[in-house]
Amino acid sequence: MRTLLPYMRKYIVYAVLCPLFMILEALADIFIPYLMSRIVDVGIANQDIEYIVKVGLIMVGAALLAMFFGVVSAHFGARAGFGFAAEIRQQAFEKVQSFSFANLDQFTVPSLITRLTNDCNTIGQVTMMSLRMAVRAPFLMLFALIMAFNMNAELARVFMVAVPLTAAIIGAVLPKARPLFQKLQTRVDRVNAVIQENLIGIRVVKSFNRQHHEEKRFKERNDALKNTALYAISLVISIMPMLNLIVYSTIIAVLWFGGKQVSAGTMGSGELISFITYITQVLISLMMMSFFFMQLLRGSASAARIIELLNTEPEIKEPKQPVKELKDGSVSFEHVSFSYPGSREKTLKDITVHIKSGEIVGIIGSTGSSKTTLVQLIPRLYDVTEGSVKVGGVDVREYDIRALRDQVAFVLQKNTLFSGTIRENMLWGNENATDEQIIKALKQAQAWEFVSKYEDGLDHRVEQGGDNFSGGQKQRLTIARALLKSPKIIILDDSTSAVDMATDAKIQRVFKSELKDITTIIIAQRIASIQHADKIIVMHEGKIESIGDHATLIKASPIYREIYESQQKGVGMDCIIEEIE
Amino acid sequence: MKPQFGHRRLRPKDAKNTLIRLFSYFRFNKVLFFGGIFFIIASSFLEVAANGMLSPIIDTIVKGESTAQVIRYILIMGAIVISISIFQYLGNLFMARLAQGTVHRIREEMFSHMQKLPISYFDKQTHGDLMSTFTNDVDMLNQSLEQSVSQIIVAVITVVGSFTMMFILSPVLTFVVVLMLGVMFTAIKYVGQKSAQNFRFQQAALADMNGYIEEMMSGQKVVKVFNYEDKAIDRFLEKNEQLRRASTQASTYGVMLMPIMGNLSYVLYALTSMLGAFLVMKNAMTVGNIASFLQYTRSISRPITMVSNQLNTLFAALAGAERIFEFLDEEVETDEGDVCLVREGEGAPYWKVPKENGEYEKVPLRGFITFKNVNFGYESGRRVLNNINLYAKPGQKIAFVGSTGAGKTTITNLINRFYEINEGTILFDGIDIKRIKKQDLRSTMSIVLQDVHLFEGTIADNIRYGRLDATDEEVVEAAKLANAHYFIKNLPNGYDTMLTIDGQNLSQGERQLLSIARAAIADPTILILDEATSSVDTRTEKLIAEGMDKLMEGRTTFVIAHRLSTVRDADAIMVLEQGEIIERGDHEALMKQKGRYYALNTGALELQ
Repeated sequence: MRTLLPYMRKYIVYAVLCPLFMILEALADIFIPYLMSRIVDVGIANQDIEYIVKVGLIMVGAALLAMFFGVVSAHFGARAGFGFAAEIRQQAFEKVQSFSFANLDQFTVPSLITRLTNDCNTIGQVTMMSLRMAVRAPFLMLFALIMAFNMNAELARVFMVAVPLTAAIIGAVLPKARPLFQKLQTRVDRVNAVIQENLIGIRVVKSFNRQHHEEKRFKERNDALKNTALYAISLVISIMPMLNLIVYSTIIAVLWFGGKQVSAGTMGSGELISFITYITQVLISLMMMSFFFMQLLRGSASAARIIELLNTEPEIKEPKQPVKELKDGSVSFEHVSFSYPGSREKTLKDITVHIKSGEIVGIIGSTGSSKTTLVQLIPRLYDVTEGSVKVGGVDVREYDIRALRDQVAFVLQKNTLFSGTIRENMLWGNENATDEQIIKALKQAQAWEFVSKYEDGLDHRVEQGGDNFSGGQKQRLTIARALLKSPKIIILDDSTSAVDMATDAKIQRVFKSELKDITTIIIAQRIASIQHADKIIVMHEGKIESIGDHATLIKASPIYREIYESQQKGVGMDCIIEEIE
Repeated sequence: MKPQFGHRRLRPKDAKNTLIRLFSYFRFNKVLFFGGIFFIIASSFLEVAANGMLSPIIDTIVKGESTAQVIRYILIMGAIVISISIFQYLGNLFMARLAQGTVHRIREEMFSHMQKLPISYFDKQTHGDLMSTFTNDVDMLNQSLEQSVSQIIVAVITVVGSFTMMFILSPVLTFVVVLMLGVMFTAIKYVGQKSAQNFRFQQAALADMNGYIEEMMSGQKVVKVFNYEDKAIDRFLEKNEQLRRASTQASTYGVMLMPIMGNLSYVLYALTSMLGAFLVMKNAMTVGNIASFLQYTRSISRPITMVSNQLNTLFAALAGAERIFEFLDEEVETDEGDVCLVREGEGAPYWKVPKENGEYEKVPLRGFITFKNVNFGYESGRRVLNNINLYAKPGQKIAFVGSTGAGKTTITNLINRFYEINEGTILFDGIDIKRIKKQDLRSTMSIVLQDVHLFEGTIADNIRYGRLDATDEEVVEAAKLANAHYFIKNLPNGYDTMLTIDGQNLSQGERQLLSIARAAIADPTILILDEATSSVDTRTEKLIAEGMDKLMEGRTTFVIAHRLSTVRDADAIMVLEQGEIIERGDHEALMKQKGRYYALNTGALELQ
């Protein structure tokens, strides 16, 4: 928790005022039994009605004041707790925004979501509870002890037994509870994992008739969960009866020893009654305290997950004197090797290749040949392990990252559109783009053809993830979005795989004519998509197998030829392009 | 995935019946239920009695009567106190066991119910929603059963018991208590309303926030590529501030009740002391009476606060229980089949078809599929397949091509009866598939889907999923057939490599190879390949194709593919458009026809 404390700064006033008012409430509450004892011992003894009314009204006043303090404390606690949570959520969100791709690979998307939602909320609630309970119980106990000792030091000695005993019990149970509850959580996770798997893979389960197999697997985990839960719970529920026993035993002790004093006339009966009230007060706050500890257990798991996120250092660092402008769109890889963080194996091995500004370059190769890895180094989504990548003649590590990524557009293989309108999605590329510019980009990406058919055109709704578009439409929209950046380099990572061949050919032609100043790097599965590139790179197991144009590679590269032959159809791509022209 | 909160209701529609049904689960643990209730009632009563004991003890002391009497009283109280602790522990233990047992049973029922539901149910529900019912709703129910049931009992007994005792001790003071209770309930009502209202606002803000975070986290790589971080943060800050305000407000009202009720009980304490003092002076009450009475005023407010504080949670838990029961009430897949598949020793498997006269006919399993005038729609009124007629002879390869939504996948989903056809018949070796037991029908088929789903476990476990009793040699053989052996061998632990959930530590292509191996090991009569090689590059696809050819040998195969090169060698290609077969024939014939297939092949049409 300590790591998170600085984020309380903005709400520190409330974080201080909440327990302060809580203490004031406790103080007023402690005062009331004392006043009662005065009524009994002074008021009744002297038959002084005026005194009784006076003290009684002070008591009512004290209670109302305590109520006010309590409500104010509750409000401040909520402010501090949820302000703190909001602050942490913001820090965590901003942290994720500063992450590199390598950092993102470390966390799965669902785990990031849980951290930013559930975990932050838990922290808010636990903080609020802590500020109130953690302060109330000890102070109430302290005040009660002071009052008790003040009234009757001899009798107050019973507390000297009761308090350490209570502390010992809580101290014995809680350290045991902590690991148990952690174990419980992993059991819960294991049950949930099977459910999740079955929900997603229900068709597989059904088609292989594996219902019983799955039920058995589930039963094992469900049983384990139940057993651990029972064990953990039976430990926790033993606290309350034990505390109860201590408190009532203390009351009995007070009655016994105090009774003797009352009989001897050294103590008023009112004092005896107020002693009993103090004991009850202490019991209630102790219960709250053990409840608070349970909350803390819950909170510490959440806090640990958030801290892990906050402590993750962005892998990619900005240079000290960043270069802001790309001279041109040339790219060169010089003896580049790369391995993903945490992996020993080299994904890219000694890659050297030079791409001139304005060239169209195709990259092809089988699954796992590291095509994507190669191009991700250009906008510095990852840093090279050895060698260097230069864009416009300058090492990418010397650029201002924003400037570099602004001028190198990357259309990801797994691409996403965001909920909103088509226009809003396009503005991601350039927030000041006019409708004309957007339409131009859509036309270049061959997307205007279907967008123009919508009645609401650019205002057409895009659902979360762009699920209301077909794969081919989505790909064309994401290309248009990238074009709006007016980049010097554009990278298309398998971005036209779902687009039909004729449209694909049209897009390729746009890059060859209208956008010929932009360096275009295309990763493709289909030979047809890259056949007309100036240069084709054939990747194989993290190395460049060969480089050349289509005609050369057909002769020189066995892999290229194999891919080409496997895709040959009755009618070649050439005639389609001719048809269009 | 849709946001998990917000649209989920927080209050039950029919609280009464949900409660009755929930309580009916306690019949499985009668001892725990009645025992738990007994112990809780007993301990609450004893607690009331313990406070009552203060009165005679103090009075005896004040009057200065014999020490023996005091000792007697104190011993009684000691006995009561020890019993309270024991009963309280037993009561809580029984209740916790009852809750765990009930939730355990409900979870198990839910899971096996899920296994019995028809596929169409899963089409209608989002994973997020179902997952939330399985986790959040069950969790809430668990907590409520564990705590709320006993708390409510304690509250009722304490309030009723204390009230009775107070009335016996002093009817006049009890009148004051009634007045104060009125004030307390007014406070509860006012704060409760505010709290419920603000709770809803908070849930809405939370849903909005969660939705945004989900979208931004899923699309985080795009955010980076577009330098969109600052703008993402701006929008986030807005929502974060909204959520902060809503949560602060909701919690303030939620927590406020505690100090209000606690201190109102102190007001009562003050009034009792004051008026009690007058009564003592008039000899209408003893000091001991006041002591007990004061304890009662303190103990009466706490359970009320606790229960009213949890009211929102309780309602939410009941609403969750209602969703659980709704899920359990979903109709399961029915199976009225009377034809079984018999696999006896070495002999060839056959269908055992009962005849009207009580005898059986043996039909050998061959894999002959016939569709006769089949009509189908997922929802009534919206037809997806229209008058489909086709046949596949044993060992033949039938391919389906056509644009998305043409009904290709639907056809294969009908063969294994994931869905029931509306009209027409589908025959398997001449037997109407409606007559065949679903288990047996599905055991003859393997499906390889585009979206591969793997399970937590080792690679070998996952291949063996196709046939649980397969030997290690058979697993390796199947992997070799699917050309998966090579990559598996290169993994750090080979076939014993653990897969994380859904095999996320493998590439898409590798997962696809595994799913093909899984299908191969099942040794099916019928093979359904639904875009099975779409995520594999053409070179790897060629490698798989060789394995597949071996796999398809002697099996009736249905292939759905968007890459036309994979269907060229099919015995028959069906071109589907809007639920109808518009062209059929082999590759040569269809190319000559120069129709839709030709257009698709030459790339003039978009396929996806």
